[in-house]
Amino acid sequence: MTGLFYAVAAFFLILLMAFASYVIIKGFMGASPEMFTFSRKGILNQLFNTVYLVALSLLISCPIGMAAGIYLSQYAKRGKLTSAIKMCIETLSSLPSIVVGLFGYLVFILMTGMKWNLMAGALAVSILSLPLITTTTADALNALPLPYRDGSMGLGATKWQTVHRVLMPACSPRIITGVILAAGRGFGEAAALLYTAGMSTDINWSNWNLSSPMCPLNPFRPGETLALHIWSSFTESTAVNAKDIANLSSAILMILVLVFNVCIRILSKKLDAVKKGG
Amino acid sequence: MTKRKMFRNEYLWKGLIMAGGLFMIIITLIIAFFLIFKGSGTFTQFGHSLAEFLFSASFSPGSSVGGESGAVGSAAFIMGSILTCGLALLISTPFSLAAAIFMTEIAPKFGNRVLQSAIEIFVGIPSIVYGWTGLTILVPAVRDLFHLPYGNTIFTAALVLALMIFPSITSVSADAIRGVPKEFHDAAYGLGATRWQMIHKVVIPAARSGIVTGVILGLARAFGEALAVAMVIGKTKAFPKSLLNSGSTLTSIIASNMGNTFDGTEYNSALWSMALLLFLISLFFIVLIHLISAKGAKKAYGKD
Repeated sequence: MTGLFYAVAAFFLILLMAFASYVIIKGFMGASPEMFTFSRKGILNQLFNTVYLVALSLLISCPIGMAAGIYLSQYAKRGKLTSAIKMCIETLSSLPSIVVGLFGYLVFILMTGMKWNLMAGALAVSILSLPLITTTTADALNALPLPYRDGSMGLGATKWQTVHRVLMPACSPRIITGVILAAGRGFGEAAALLYTAGMSTDINWSNWNLSSPMCPLNPFRPGETLALHIWSSFTESTAVNAKDIANLSSAILMILVLVFNVCIRILSKKLDAVKKGG
Repeated sequence: MTKRKMFRNEYLWKGLIMAGGLFMIIITLIIAFFLIFKGSGTFTQFGHSLAEFLFSASFSPGSSVGGESGAVGSAAFIMGSILTCGLALLISTPFSLAAAIFMTEIAPKFGNRVLQSAIEIFVGIPSIVYGWTGLTILVPAVRDLFHLPYGNTIFTAALVLALMIFPSITSVSADAIRGVPKEFHDAAYGLGATRWQMIHKVVIPAARSGIVTGVILGLARAFGEALAVAMVIGKTKAFPKSLLNSGSTLTSIIASNMGNTFDGTEYNSALWSMALLLFLISLFFIVLIHLISAKGAKKAYGKD
């Protein structure tokens, strides 16, 4: 029996390594220099859109999610309201991303009368990452030893001062881990962006007029992300080398996943060091 | 800082934080409201029956505002979802369980260090990458293996989903197995059980509710996955006759057709009804997990 378990474990390690290296190697094998440019033929515009969209979505979801997490762990009393909030968080976290995408399409695009834009995509991704940020914040605060709070309150601090000056700094590595996880999810998200962020991108890098639809930093312009770029090269590609572009996009997404993983690992090492008093 | 300012700050932040908590309820209610509002149009505005939507396989809704109306039977897509997710679960669960047992009971040190990290990486890989890789590797492989004219089948989609949900099931099951008290192990060994007997007769039954929760979470993830499935399943709208037919799922049909329909048409409305159905299914999974964990807690603490 034991041998079988070893076989299964080995199988998955090999599968992961093969999968990751296949995606990365194949992506770079078919790459040509022009793909690494900020142009129609390149994918750097899409990479920029991805980073920008995730940053926007974190700007929205972090304050709200952290507030909700602090509320759940420090302020909420046992009761109907608290269990309602918990139930809503669970519901949000299990929503299929395509459903969130449809909701975003209806509310942020159709009802506002705007064209597909980055902001709508960022809002849709925020809905997806809110529950994750809320639960990690609440868990991180709950895991702190009670003397932290008692000590601070004993010195005469108010509740908010305690939360703000003592508790949040003490558990910040764990919260940052949660935020990185949320960002990682945002990077790979496609279904929620399909009908919100749009499948085209047209940026003029010399145009810095924020209200122009060609300006890179204008959040109200269509902004195709890397993940969507793979989808669009599957559905509506006209380019001859669409396959190579999709391969390269996959490879870059895969590398991003690995980098994020390393970041989280370093952070949790730091967290352990803090716990041990180092 | 004056005392007055201190208290003003205190109440201001308390209010803001509470607003954050309440926002979670508000956004959930808004989403639910819009889904119900748009999803019920098929039945109220276009007068289709619920039975037709759920059990008929003829799908030809009208695609222009005020135009002819057609049929909205979605049984083919519901069946597609059930087949792909069910098959994915069947493939994935035994492997996941084996991996979870391996990393907790058989080689905890290696398991925690290496396998756990590998699984975390697996979880983080975007679904679109699974879909694209499935399209470039699995689709041709399935085509050649079964001598089909094309490889976009329900079976291919199930394989992709199985790979995607394997890490979720494994990590939740491993947590459940780690939660089994050490005394259970000691007692089983003390009675002369071998390691496999201990795992099989003591640890797994004790961790059952956690493992089932993991399986349901995996199932929920599979049900909600849209683009990876849409890329490999073939997107036909006919009722699937076998696992080696191409088909569609609820999510894939929404993903690939929403962009071609206009707001207010019957087609659009039917797609919203499917989104509503997906929402209800995900609610159902949550309720199921709660029931199971309540039962598990009762078993663990109620009887002795």
